[in-house]
Amino acid sequence: MKIDRVLLAHGSGGLMSQQLVEEIFKKEWNNSYLEPMLDGALLDLPAGRVVMTTDSFVITPLFFPGGDIGKLSICGTVNDLVACGAKPLFLSTALIIEEGLPMSDLIQIAQSMARTAREAGVQLVTGDTKVVEKGSADGIFINTTGIGVIAEGIDYRPQRIQPGDLVVVSGTMGDHGLAIMARREGLSFSTPVNSDCAPLFRIGQVLEAFGGNVRCMRDPTRGGLATVLNELARQSGRGIKVVEEDIPVNPAVAGACDMLGMDPLYMANEGKMVIVLAPERAAEILAELQKIDIAAEAAIIGEVRAEPAGLVLIETELGAERILGILEGEHVPRIC
Amino acid sequence: MNDKTYMKELLQEIQSYKQEVSLMEVCGTHTMAIARSGIREMVPANIKLLSGPGCPVCVTSQGDIDAVIKLCREPGIILCTFGDMMRVPGSESSLQEERSRGADIRVVYSPLDALEIARKNPEREVVFLGIGFETTAPTIAVSLEQAERERINNFSLLSYHKLVPPALEVIFSDPDIRVDGLICPGHVSAVIGLKPYELLAAKYHKPCVVTGFETVDILEGIIMLLHQMSQGEARADIQYRRVVRKEGNPVAVELLERIFQPEEARWRGLGPIPGSGLKLRSAYEFLDAAKKFQLPQIADLPIKGCSCGEVLTGKISPRECLLFGRGCTPLKPVGPCMVSHEGACAAYYRYTPAKERN
Repeated sequence: MKIDRVLLAHGSGGLMSQQLVEEIFKKEWNNSYLEPMLDGALLDLPAGRVVMTTDSFVITPLFFPGGDIGKLSICGTVNDLVACGAKPLFLSTALIIEEGLPMSDLIQIAQSMARTAREAGVQLVTGDTKVVEKGSADGIFINTTGIGVIAEGIDYRPQRIQPGDLVVVSGTMGDHGLAIMARREGLSFSTPVNSDCAPLFRIGQVLEAFGGNVRCMRDPTRGGLATVLNELARQSGRGIKVVEEDIPVNPAVAGACDMLGMDPLYMANEGKMVIVLAPERAAEILAELQKIDIAAEAAIIGEVRAEPAGLVLIETELGAERILGILEGEHVPRIC
Repeated sequence: MNDKTYMKELLQEIQSYKQEVSLMEVCGTHTMAIARSGIREMVPANIKLLSGPGCPVCVTSQGDIDAVIKLCREPGIILCTFGDMMRVPGSESSLQEERSRGADIRVVYSPLDALEIARKNPEREVVFLGIGFETTAPTIAVSLEQAERERINNFSLLSYHKLVPPALEVIFSDPDIRVDGLICPGHVSAVIGLKPYELLAAKYHKPCVVTGFETVDILEGIIMLLHQMSQGEARADIQYRRVVRKEGNPVAVELLERIFQPEEARWRGLGPIPGSGLKLRSAYEFLDAAKKFQLPQIADLPIKGCSCGEVLTGKISPRECLLFGRGCTPLKPVGPCMVSHEGACAAYYRYTPAKERN
């Protein structure tokens, strides 16, 4: 390809659009669903309840330590399916590209999407591309929609949460949020922090074997752990009590957050799950989770109580108990 | 001994003090750390921890905020600001609202980023909104020197910088505020050193301890204050020795003196305080946005029902404000103390002790 940047003409629907699709997307995402080039993909789904979810990805910078917008756009939707208890199967994607995006960036993003989809065992079966004028987008915006199927006996809705259940996180909190902020603002730390961006279908596979002992699952993306715990407390009508020092936080993230006046419990994660387990087999489930690399640092961080209904409490390192509230407004670093 | 055992010991030591004392944490970062860790609830009731005027966003006067809003509406202006200022309510609008109406306002993390924006947009006027204490002022001084060196003509500073010691002097001299000892700010003191507190401690006979921001630091700082009080002493001391030196940072101080000179500044809650602001020296006046754009001084219009002024001086605790959590929340803030990341109201709202829930 001689043209080294995306042009408005690439979105015209004409020959240049076709070339873009053939030479980048079809080449990278190649599979039997995409191949016939129909207006839509014809899918055969296995038995079970079908889950569908959608998410749009807008991020600056497009490439960051530990991932890029392509990887993120696959992980985000795959992980939403996993959190619903589904085995992720198919994805659609729509790309809105800003005129002038380097072609090499677009190729790298398409390759990253293909690689991540392969890892996650999903196929990109249909897609759309639009090009908008310079200034109308920020490099590239990506939407992905995913379809998955839930196996018999799996139900991860928060209404199933019971007093006495244990709350688990699958690893350290806040890595993605901090990595992005550090990159965006040109902050450097002695220990570099990578985004945790990863597809979590293997967590789903491990948990599936334990059926109803897994009560609920959710991925703590925007708003972080604190926000997800509050959602779970409110939707289940139960109280949740967590212990601050049991929540895993990468020391580099903790240090940087202290310096910036940020709180890792409110920072985004892109490769972590919050899992609520019935107490009976919790230890066994935790041990199984810790065997997979993406959940090696999984830990029990608290428990579900009947009271205070709808609220999350946190026990601080000092032994004080306070409300862990939901984030209001933007989470921005402090001035001094 | 691990941190947790040590913290328990420190708490026990604090609990053994029986006299009634009021300690003020001057810095907003301390306010946040105290609320987050629950120190206020864990120390006995006879030791009262007041929050002070150490949030730079909060102490910015209403008139100054209104002036910024007026300035950002001028055509051709790019206003660069720290993110904390975006949602602070002016009399009729906020920077966030102005941005949604088309003003070009950019959130930056360093004045050097603003300088870069000025280099890239030579046809526009880039104004950096200088809010902060002695901690942020030196980096701003660096950016001004650089602007001068590179002859960047479209860059200027709107300086609402404030100096901490003059405000502390006002608090100590106010008969309505009872403060027996000061938990002094760690970062500011890393610049100004111990001397200003030595003068204050001697003049008002109140101990001052420069303290770090970890839970253990704050507990140790409180103990150092209590210790002095029980001995009848009033010295300035440093708990945060790993960062703060007695002489401060002479390079930063010298830099500040080269670029700025003290002037009267308006503080929310404390009013005008002589020598508590920083204005550009005449050699750098061409970088003064207030002069460049002939910004008038706008009168301070009090916000109805807002008690930020009383909160900032420790006269009331955030929860004693009638609007707290009802008319005023971080999502719909009435005053700046509920907006800023360092604001006392925001700290008390975000980190509500379990027993205070209703």
